Amino acid sequence: MDFLFEIGLEEVPARMIASAEAELLKRVTALLTRERLISTTTAKSFSTPRRLAVLISGVAARQEDEAEELVGPTTKIAYKDGVPGPAAIAFARKAGIPVEDLRTIQTPKGEYIAATALSPGRSAAEVLTAELPKEIASIYWAKNMYWRAGKPEKFVRPVRWLLALLGTEIIPIEFGGYTAGRLTYGHRVLHGAAPVAIDAPETYAAALEAAFVMPDVGTRRHTIRKALDRVCRTIPDARWREDHDLVDKMTHMTEWPSVIAGDFDPTYLTLPEEVLVTVMRDHQNYFAVEDTSEKLAPHFLAVLNTAPTPEAAQTIRYGNARVLRARFNDARFFWDFDQRTPLSDRVALLENVTFQKDLGSYARKSERIAVLAARLGTMAKERWLVLDLEALATAARLCKADLTAELVKEFTELQGEIGGLYARHQELGDTVADAIYDHYRPLSTDGRIPHTAEGQLLALADKADSIAGMFSLGLEPTGSKDPFALRRAANGIVKILAESNLPLILREVIEATNASPEVAVKMHSFFAERSEFYLREVREQAYDVVKAVLAAGSEDIRDAATRADAVTAVRDSEDFAAVSAAFKRMKNILAQAAQNGIWEKGIAPAPAVDESLLTDPSEQHLNTAAIHLARRVTGLRAAKEYIGALEAIATLRPQVDAFFDAVMVMDPNEAIRANRLALLSRVLTDFSGIADFSEIVTAG
Amino acid sequence: MTAAPSKPLTFQQLLFTLQRFWADHGCVLQQPYDVEVGAGTMSPDTFLRVLGSKPVSIAYAQPSRRPADGRYGENPNRLYRHTQMQVILKPPPVNIQELYLESLVAIGIDLTQHDIKFEEDNWEWPVGGAWGVGWQVMLDGLEITQFTYFQQCGGMDLDPICGEITYGLERIAGFLQDVDSIYDIVWAEGFTYGDMRLAEEEQFSAYGFDYADVPSLWKHLELFEAECLALLSQAQSFEKMDALTLKRFPVLGAYELALKCSQMFNLLDARGAISVTERVGVMARIRTLVVGVAKAYAAQQTAAA
Repeated sequence: MDFLFEIGLEEVPARMIASAEAELLKRVTALLTRERLISTTTAKSFSTPRRLAVLISGVAARQEDEAEELVGPTTKIAYKDGVPGPAAIAFARKAGIPVEDLRTIQTPKGEYIAATALSPGRSAAEVLTAELPKEIASIYWAKNMYWRAGKPEKFVRPVRWLLALLGTEIIPIEFGGYTAGRLTYGHRVLHGAAPVAIDAPETYAAALEAAFVMPDVGTRRHTIRKALDRVCRTIPDARWREDHDLVDKMTHMTEWPSVIAGDFDPTYLTLPEEVLVTVMRDHQNYFAVEDTSEKLAPHFLAVLNTAPTPEAAQTIRYGNARVLRARFNDARFFWDFDQRTPLSDRVALLENVTFQKDLGSYARKSERIAVLAARLGTMAKERWLVLDLEALATAARLCKADLTAELVKEFTELQGEIGGLYARHQELGDTVADAIYDHYRPLSTDGRIPHTAEGQLLALADKADSIAGMFSLGLEPTGSKDPFALRRAANGIVKILAESNLPLILREVIEATNASPEVAVKMHSFFAERSEFYLREVREQAYDVVKAVLAAGSEDIRDAATRADAVTAVRDSEDFAAVSAAFKRMKNILAQAAQNGIWEKGIAPAPAVDESLLTDPSEQHLNTAAIHLARRVTGLRAAKEYIGALEAIATLRPQVDAFFDAVMVMDPNEAIRANRLALLSRVLTDFSGIADFSEIVTAG
Repeated sequence: MTAAPSKPLTFQQLLFTLQRFWADHGCVLQQPYDVEVGAGTMSPDTFLRVLGSKPVSIAYAQPSRRPADGRYGENPNRLYRHTQMQVILKPPPVNIQELYLESLVAIGIDLTQHDIKFEEDNWEWPVGGAWGVGWQVMLDGLEITQFTYFQQCGGMDLDPICGEITYGLERIAGFLQDVDSIYDIVWAEGFTYGDMRLAEEEQFSAYGFDYADVPSLWKHLELFEAECLALLSQAQSFEKMDALTLKRFPVLGAYELALKCSQMFNLLDARGAISVTERVGVMARIRTLVVGVAKAYAAQQTAAA
């Protein structure tokens, strides 16, 4: 049979719907599986702002009866002269069977009485009525509320109806003061308040469609995309700007979506595109429209939760355009107002804007950023990076000034960008403007890094100052708590160093902050974590590869990323895998020798190998091959030709294999043994500069 | 649902109609509170009545002053003082959303001709230890109402909770009458919003931004604060009071003093006299008063019961 369950709700926040829909489906399926009411799952879920629903096929009407084998007391205790005693009678009662049905079984400990207890299966209705309310109550919501007196339950928004059908039968599940029936509700306006009766689960979607609700999320998303395309075609040479997040949001804010296009006065296009797009997207949920050269065009697309007649569409278009005009007017007012105080005059106003109470105002922070940026910039310039240090200094001084601007107070998400736009408008030069514009970047691990070297250095300085400052106060992130977003700042630094051409490494950035030695140590380990995160999550490198390359050097993250790429490229070759395994064996032998006190050197620096003590031909071959190879690998490494270097190292396989086949490293002769350990140690040292291969997990 | 009127309502008709609508649905109509508040929520008819278990159905218009939003009457969309229509329903009826939509029909909004959405928007007044979850109601892209299920007030869980509907009257009137400037709204036949209020916007913007005497404002704030704190300290000993003294103890007076402090703070803020560093501290002081009053009010209700 099919089971249909729907929770009717007042409008659920769009951001929470998708995960709740998935969770409800998971919970209901798990419950039915656990309760032996389904074997294979054919399940579908639905959601709109006003409902979550699941439809599950192949649900049994009741559980199979369950047989359970019980073992009782020994036969000797249970029976006296073949007659069941009190113990046997009690055991039979417990198992729920007549005494004469008791059996005896042989166990290693002797003969016992046994019984097959039958627990009758419960009906699906019984199970669901008893268990489903608990599952509903356990759904996770980012923000919950009470709505009934006495606070009997918490949920995302008030529950307004429940529907539960198994086949054509109602299952009277109770939650939130409602008992499930077969009624649901259609679109508030297009269908109105009359309930919609569902006869059988499989008619659910069609019945709702008839009541102007598309219950399937995919269908709504598709409808919105098609409508955006179609409506956009009515505007010559225009296309809507792709925005997956907004498509998603509007999918979860509508039950019966449609799209209209509207226009705005082209004179607003003199305002920065960033501001216009933010107003449209973040404040009004509108899609921006661009022309064929990807420039913003004076139109917008709005997703409606209705199917308007042509006249209504006209009214709605007019209304939306009116709101947008007011918002753009405001933005223009703020833009003009802000120009009365140039950025350079705003620096003084930063005295009144606190960065952090013990670290002082943003004026102080700007000064620290300037010093830090100058240090990093000078270092980079000495290494022949083309750089405008003067522009960098100006940008550093002005980068936080936009925090006092009205437009930033209105659109906080545009901090930095607005500063950059003002700098350009106030003719401070492109280099200064670009650096300020970009200095909060990257905003996420997927976000882009600043375009220019000056922007990259400014971004490094700003972030490193925050980290060093907060760490010096003991305010480092702990667990899930990271109120100052220092992990994001550190991720940003790692990403910039990895993806820019700046000739700088992590250690230099940390040193440039002038952090105390204790703070620097904490910063190093914090950045080590972030580097590992970067290689794994952003570069998608395997766990063991990341460990291997970072063990060989973690300061130069760009180099570590290149080495990781190389290791990933060759790791599946048979020779490389064999050599990795052999290296691991070498490391283990050395470690064990060190533990037994036979070897005290660790693996580096390697002591000299005495060739006269190499008795076996296989060790002589390994020694000769390793010496030759080491020269080649060093050359390739210096040229950063890591794949070539790794392939070269893999050619050592025959000699390594032959060595381990022929030779016992732990020779009874102390001198020979020490010499062999020295040979292994040197091989490891010479060939672990790209990655510590012993970290590589090999099959078998 | 009633038929939509053909001619758009004037500002005062809008108010009448909403009052009539909610009165017809069982609300008691209250007059605007006569102490300066930043929002209808701060009126004791909301802030204090939501406490406790006594059912409430009340509606009132509340002029709300936000000195920092003043624009000398030059900005067509922003006001130093705007008017909120506040509806408080405790406990909220199950059809509260439907009632609200009917009220829109009553003021001439034919829902079939418009696009209406309930978009998540949670409300919070940290100074009052108050928050709730809810929506901003969007009509053709315009936020016309804040709809909140109050969850906490004065740092105390509410039980039952209450539904709060806050209509932005200027916004709605501008929408109905299709005017681009608030000042062009027809207030009554022959009178515009500008006729009635422009001078006030001009002068109070100037007062808040340019004239208000900062040392005096600080002094007022301190005086109001001290008196409020003194009352709150007496409110610690309700259990020692006889029934008459308890009943007459002016918790409501203490609340007015706390509201005065809040208004002084807003003026100082508009005047640019509060640095960011000071800001947190002063807000904490006002929070002590407002939350203290809420707790005293709840204690008085309990003690009197």
